Amino acid sequence: MSAALSKVEAQNLFRYVLRLGDLSLVLGQRLGEWVGHSPALEEDLGLANIALDLIGQARLLLTYAGEIEGRGRGEDEIAFLREHGEYLNAILVEQPNGDFGHTIVRQVLIDAFQLELYQRMTASTDERLAAIAAKSVKEILYHLRYSSGWLVRLGDGTEESHVRVQTAMDSLWPYTVELFADDELDRAMADAGVAPRLAEVQAAWIARIDKLLEEATLKRPASRPHSWHGKRGQHSEHLGYILAEMQHLQRTYPGARW
Amino acid sequence: MRAAVLADAAAQRRLSLAWNALEFVEDPEIPALSIVDLGLIRYINPQPDGRLDVGLSPTYVGCPATEVIRHSVTQALRTAGVGDFIVTQVLSPAWTSDWISVEGRRKLAIYGIVPPEKAASSMRDILRDNRPVACPRCQSTNTECISEFGSTPCKALHRCRACLEPFEYFKCI
Repeated sequence: MSAALSKVEAQNLFRYVLRLGDLSLVLGQRLGEWVGHSPALEEDLGLANIALDLIGQARLLLTYAGEIEGRGRGEDEIAFLREHGEYLNAILVEQPNGDFGHTIVRQVLIDAFQLELYQRMTASTDERLAAIAAKSVKEILYHLRYSSGWLVRLGDGTEESHVRVQTAMDSLWPYTVELFADDELDRAMADAGVAPRLAEVQAAWIARIDKLLEEATLKRPASRPHSWHGKRGQHSEHLGYILAEMQHLQRTYPGARW
Repeated sequence: MRAAVLADAAAQRRLSLAWNALEFVEDPEIPALSIVDLGLIRYINPQPDGRLDVGLSPTYVGCPATEVIRHSVTQALRTAGVGDFIVTQVLSPAWTSDWISVEGRRKLAIYGIVPPEKAASSMRDILRDNRPVACPRCQSTNTECISEFGSTPCKALHRCRACLEPFEYFKCI
């Protein structure tokens, strides 16, 4: 935080940083489910490494959120001891992994989103977010290199692989709308120069995705109005299962350390 | 005057003591390299309150080695007896593989890991760069990438089609 924030500003920034941090945290947890189950050892390593980077982002962001909140909560407490409705991730990241192609499609959509968002956030008026963004962008580039490489191979691969990733694209696409639907919090952050305008991020994202879809011989599904509000804490049933697994240890053995 | 010169010399000695101690802190994942070779120590600055401020950058944000390195740095500085110090995490500017020293690159190559070639200054480089990496064993450029991610986030797995040896490449970041 560069300057002293008013109570409302601090509360807004806290919630905004949670949106960013929870996106990374939940997706990192989801990808972790692949460990030991990937189609090949190389993909096990790839997905686990991306999961690690995402959890690294979440650590930096949730630590920062705790400092903004100023009630002494650290990264672990925020990550592991909140309730369902307090997680502010868009619900795309909590969607189940499905098959490998399904996971890759979800990953491409998010990697491209994070890339366009964080590239612009390197110019944030919030120095801490600018630093986290600059660090993360470099890693996200490697995530996108991995996921888009697979999207093209699967889309432009066999008839079977093509059908599978197109089906995954059709079923996941509706959830992308929430990423770019700006509400009063997103607008307040953009007004303050903390975050870029989501419309700008969306335009760059769609251009990047369209190019990839073309290369992968896939069709872009139609966008429909959405009624998801994960960013406000209203989640699909999937998040509950994720949290049950993620929080089990912390809740069973409060304060456990190793 | 004389006292000031002596104090200055003592401060210099303390700084070189600290730097020397850190030269011996190995990267837990690549023991051939010290964290100074890797460019992870951004600065060592004496503070007005007498403490040394040691700036430490993570390679990747989620790298589990980061915690181990922080612990090793603390141990090494304590053992060297540099007095009070703090270790500060430095995120900005973000660590880049360009900061690996010439000595570090040499050590990586001897260890069998191909050092990062050049600055990944633009996005295009990372997203589109598919130039072959030369095999560290036979120098052939007839190689292929078999995994973008290796045993650690900083390395990719490659294979040489000429001598059939697999090898690791330290990615540009």
